[in-house]
Amino acid sequence: MKKWNLIVDVANCTNCNLCALALQDEHVGNAFPGYAEEMPKHGHRWIEITSRERGTPPVTDVAYLPTMCQHCDDAPCIAAAPDAITKRDDGIVLIDPEKAKGRRDIVDACPYGAIWWNEEKQVPQHWFFDAHLLDSGWTEPRCVTVCATDALQAVKVEDDEMQRLILEQELEQLRPDLETKPRVHYKNLWRYTKVFIAGTVSAEKQGIVDCLAGATVTLLREGQKVAEQRTDAFGDFKFDRLDADSSDYELNIAADGFAVATVELSLSETKNVGDVRLSPL
Amino acid sequence: MKFKVILFGLALLFRFARWRSAGFRERLAQRDLTVVLRTADSRMGRTYVFAGGRVASKAGIDPNADLALVFKTAEIGARLLMPPIDQLEQIEAMKNFLLHPEGPDEDAVWFAQTVMTALGAGWKIGRPLKDGVTRFCTITNGGPLFVYVKNGKIVRTTPMKFDDDDAPPFTIKARGRSFTPPRKTSLSPHGMNWKAMVYAPNRLLTPLKRVDFDPAGERNIQNRGISGYEPISWDEALNIVAGEIKRMKRDYGQGAIAQSNGSHHSWGNIGYYLSAKIRFMNAIGTTEVHHNPDSWEGWYWGAMHHWGGSLRVGGGELFGTIEDCLENAEMIVFWSSNPEATNGIYAGLEGSVRRQWLKEIGIPIVHIDPHLNDTAQFLGGKWIAPRPATSPALALAIAYVWMTEDLYDKDYVAKRTQGFDAWRVYVLGETDGTPKTPEWQENETGVPAKDVRALARQWGSKRTYLAVGGMGNAFGGAARNPNGSQWTRTMVCLIAMQGLGKPGINVGNLQMGVPHDFGFYFPGYADGGISGDLTHTGLAVSLYQRMPQLATINPSSQIIPRLKLPDAIIDGHAEGEVWDALTIEGQFARAVYPAPGHSPVHMLYRYGNSILGTLSDANRYVEMYRSPNLEFVVNQSIWNEGDTRFADIILPACTHLERYDIGEWANTGGYGAHFNSQVNHRVIAFQAKCIEPLGESRSDYDIFTALATRLGLGSYFTEGMRDIDWAKRMFEASDLPNKISWKKFIEKGYYVVPPEREELRPPTAYRWFAEGRKKDIPEAMPLPGDYTEEFLEGLQTQSGKFEFEAESLKRFMPDDPERPPIATYTPSWEGPNVAALAALYPLQLITPHARFSFHTQGDGKDSFLNDIKDHRVLIDGYYYWILRIHPDDAAARGIGQHDLVRIFNARGAVLCAAHLTARLIRGVVHSYESSAVYEPMGAPGKSVDKGGCVNLLSPARTQLKRAHSMANSLAMVEIEKWDGQTEFVRTEPLTTEQGLA
Repeated sequence: MKKWNLIVDVANCTNCNLCALALQDEHVGNAFPGYAEEMPKHGHRWIEITSRERGTPPVTDVAYLPTMCQHCDDAPCIAAAPDAITKRDDGIVLIDPEKAKGRRDIVDACPYGAIWWNEEKQVPQHWFFDAHLLDSGWTEPRCVTVCATDALQAVKVEDDEMQRLILEQELEQLRPDLETKPRVHYKNLWRYTKVFIAGTVSAEKQGIVDCLAGATVTLLREGQKVAEQRTDAFGDFKFDRLDADSSDYELNIAADGFAVATVELSLSETKNVGDVRLSPL
Repeated sequence: MKFKVILFGLALLFRFARWRSAGFRERLAQRDLTVVLRTADSRMGRTYVFAGGRVASKAGIDPNADLALVFKTAEIGARLLMPPIDQLEQIEAMKNFLLHPEGPDEDAVWFAQTVMTALGAGWKIGRPLKDGVTRFCTITNGGPLFVYVKNGKIVRTTPMKFDDDDAPPFTIKARGRSFTPPRKTSLSPHGMNWKAMVYAPNRLLTPLKRVDFDPAGERNIQNRGISGYEPISWDEALNIVAGEIKRMKRDYGQGAIAQSNGSHHSWGNIGYYLSAKIRFMNAIGTTEVHHNPDSWEGWYWGAMHHWGGSLRVGGGELFGTIEDCLENAEMIVFWSSNPEATNGIYAGLEGSVRRQWLKEIGIPIVHIDPHLNDTAQFLGGKWIAPRPATSPALALAIAYVWMTEDLYDKDYVAKRTQGFDAWRVYVLGETDGTPKTPEWQENETGVPAKDVRALARQWGSKRTYLAVGGMGNAFGGAARNPNGSQWTRTMVCLIAMQGLGKPGINVGNLQMGVPHDFGFYFPGYADGGISGDLTHTGLAVSLYQRMPQLATINPSSQIIPRLKLPDAIIDGHAEGEVWDALTIEGQFARAVYPAPGHSPVHMLYRYGNSILGTLSDANRYVEMYRSPNLEFVVNQSIWNEGDTRFADIILPACTHLERYDIGEWANTGGYGAHFNSQVNHRVIAFQAKCIEPLGESRSDYDIFTALATRLGLGSYFTEGMRDIDWAKRMFEASDLPNKISWKKFIEKGYYVVPPEREELRPPTAYRWFAEGRKKDIPEAMPLPGDYTEEFLEGLQTQSGKFEFEAESLKRFMPDDPERPPIATYTPSWEGPNVAALAALYPLQLITPHARFSFHTQGDGKDSFLNDIKDHRVLIDGYYYWILRIHPDDAAARGIGQHDLVRIFNARGAVLCAAHLTARLIRGVVHSYESSAVYEPMGAPGKSVDKGGCVNLLSPARTQLKRAHSMANSLAMVEIEKWDGQTEFVRTEPLTTEQGLA
């Protein structure tokens, strides 16, 4: 049995918001009996985009994380309201707009915060994969159609095949700790969840300061070497995909003809150590 | 005899159409009318009686007919009416008085359009789907749409997904890979917002009159922007406007009516401002409020002198740059280039996929911008963050490194350029004693000298693409700064030093240059449309021959430079240079208002959408509207917002989803050649009337028609056509009929032009120039007479070479201290160097083009965009515009995330929601220009604006004193946490006469 899955590539999300706009276009002013009541014109974010900035100028980057109903196979919402929410054969979780009327508790049942309360219609609502369209012959949900950078991809495959894709593309769950078996899978999630250490290396020669390319930067964690890089043409280095776990790190920066420089830091958030000026030997 | 038969045939046509078409039956029900078609000598003719929703016909001429259509002879009548109708013959007949109506103009227009309705009785528009849904097509400023309609309501709008009948997309091969875009269209955020825009709560649904405006008595001009409105009938509104048009000419003479529109209307070649509006305005005679080269300012007034390019407002060539960049470039430098935000222009997200290819091939990317912009966010790479308006200094320092370290193409400079030495001695400091070293620039830009040297050395030793401005070869960004022309000039000088046009060395950010079949003719929006204007549009180039139409000529030659409109109204005089796309030197001509033989302006016809949020020092326009010199203001608008609320009469126009049109995605025609090369598929759409106009709103074309008939100009304005008939004429004028029938086109709604075959694609931009050949790319400019040497030899410059020292400036404006013949750097006149300004207003506010909305389109209107967290922020029930600020600058002012802040200077005060971000360097704050909402919290012009019009803060001063150029992307401001204060007292002079710079 082929089932729907959504793959979210965090590295490809530009925050254009077209996915959210397409949802509003589809659902504001339109009720789809059996699937969903009308979406309120404002305030519902069935697809939510949150952002994370890392670093300080001029070493800053930004990642955007689209989140939505995760279409869990072990869905806490279904556990809370088995009479009103169903798991379809194609993997989609669907809140019945009639049976769920007045059930505000369903909103609280979702640990992802992906169910929204429609005050006017008194009904909980979520991104239901545009099942109404898929059931009438559309080949993908609207958020995927409008995504121009493949940040969102819908795949309908056997679960075995999905497992293969998860391994192949290094897909992760948003919150593995919740153990809800979501059908939304994240690629490049580290862009949002991990931190980096960056800096730039320079040296003075005959009164002129220049970027030092090719310097060897060694990263040690709790005394153990974890990575090594050469500075680029701007003298820059950047160690990414680190955990913000307050570990103690040390940077050793070495280049021919210069004394080794050492920078120590505790990593609780992304660190830009700035310009490290090497002294000639 | 033939004439007689045809007249009888017409009666049969009416009967058939009545049987066939509900639309025609509705039309018949509109009017009782007796019409005669006859020869001038009345010897032959026929009578048609429209009554009670039926039409009868009889041989002979009813002497009491309401209307007669008179043909000079029976032979001429037969020739003109015999299908298929020859349009050229028709208009020649009208021009040469072989055919004329006798009777009320309104009846003549009604009858002619009724004939057209009958001819179109069998047309089936849109594709029926299941469940009573019909799919129509349209094009927007943010991309093409499928529009799904049920029971007269828009259900949904989507981008187009192509079917098996549509042409396959292009493929580019580079570095052993093949790159192909998806078989669908993409949208900008504002393109996915039209359902909300169509059904917006502030749609104008009836004509309105300001409650205290009495055209026959007290006008209460001082209450514009304050008083409310009352609905009036179309008849009353049209009579007032037509009456004022006549009164202006009667009391003052030609020139008294000025007309002004925004730079962008909704899409389509018929209803566009460069089409139907020009046709109407020429028909009544108006003073044109002339646009500055808007978003291309620095390019047009600066770079163009060095490398030509007047056909793209000073921008560069574009062909083949996608292939060349992907295949040959070793590095790409994005310099004030944020295509992910501006989507080039009109292009949806079409360029994004191509920039993903750039990411895939993995060459180093550098971004130079005070803001870590959306493109830098998406692509990653090295971020270099100069202070605003200091990039020319950074560029000069790069040139300094190249000159002193021999890192440029000396052979190219020697053979393809001239004047290098004049620039070299300036860069090296031999003329002014200041060598433009990386250390020198550090004081200006804040960028470490070492970074500039590192950049210069890489750039000088690698084949590098310069991605400059939003479109990669021009547009937006730093070109809109006070010293924007300095920036563009240094940019082109840099790329010329490296060998512009050599493999991998060019301008482009993969936004332009898709290998379309440009030989397939379909006109763009500035190619004349139905304007009839051979002088001020591109009509004369091709479309006039292909789609003959009655010519229109504006009897008034008076022009007001748009940025000086408040001066013109309040002071009574204004001057400025006029944007002229034909040559480089055209920009030296100065328009003076009032013009000899013309009246000063007493009436303003505003059309299109609100533009208040887009104009520099916008409080000047607020005051202008309240000037007693402006006796009458009419605004023809879709939404009630911005400066619409300063009108005396408001005419409600419908959106382009509620009327017929035809157009091609991103094809601007003569406005900027080949702008459709931004999109991955040439999509030409029959833009259907998806739903009936909401309320009593009407299409712009119908409003103009109704006014024209009140002035006896209806037959002239319409040529008897409805908008859909013009669309069909444009279809027939294009190459479309060779590929798709009209019937299929209006049913399917679009056609995709197959891409150019690989072996037929145009060569790469400037390759011809780099290799010393004649120009071999398909560009119709420079004009044949504008070449210095042989035709097609050299650039548009006076020497035909790239001119480091611009001959055009040297010859015609040698004494302009702001614009010497070589590219130089002078600190911005609005900046931290100006001590008196910086003491009061220490922060530099940059106001780039908005990401989610498009000018004032999409914003406000209670639209879906309000929910985008980076567009507006909901605080206490109000959606506030956003001000971005570095956390340290915020902390110094006690400002927290999403606090309401008052941004102010001597020109205005605006409320925004603060967004704290490390994407900006300290001292620089960021807010998009072009809020659609203007909501003064007290008296207009004298209070804080709650809507977010940050252009209230931008300088009115032009970039250059001798150039009609906007400098509104940079303003010195101070910011405070809002304390509830709503009053504002302006301290900067308001007009030139009052002392404004």
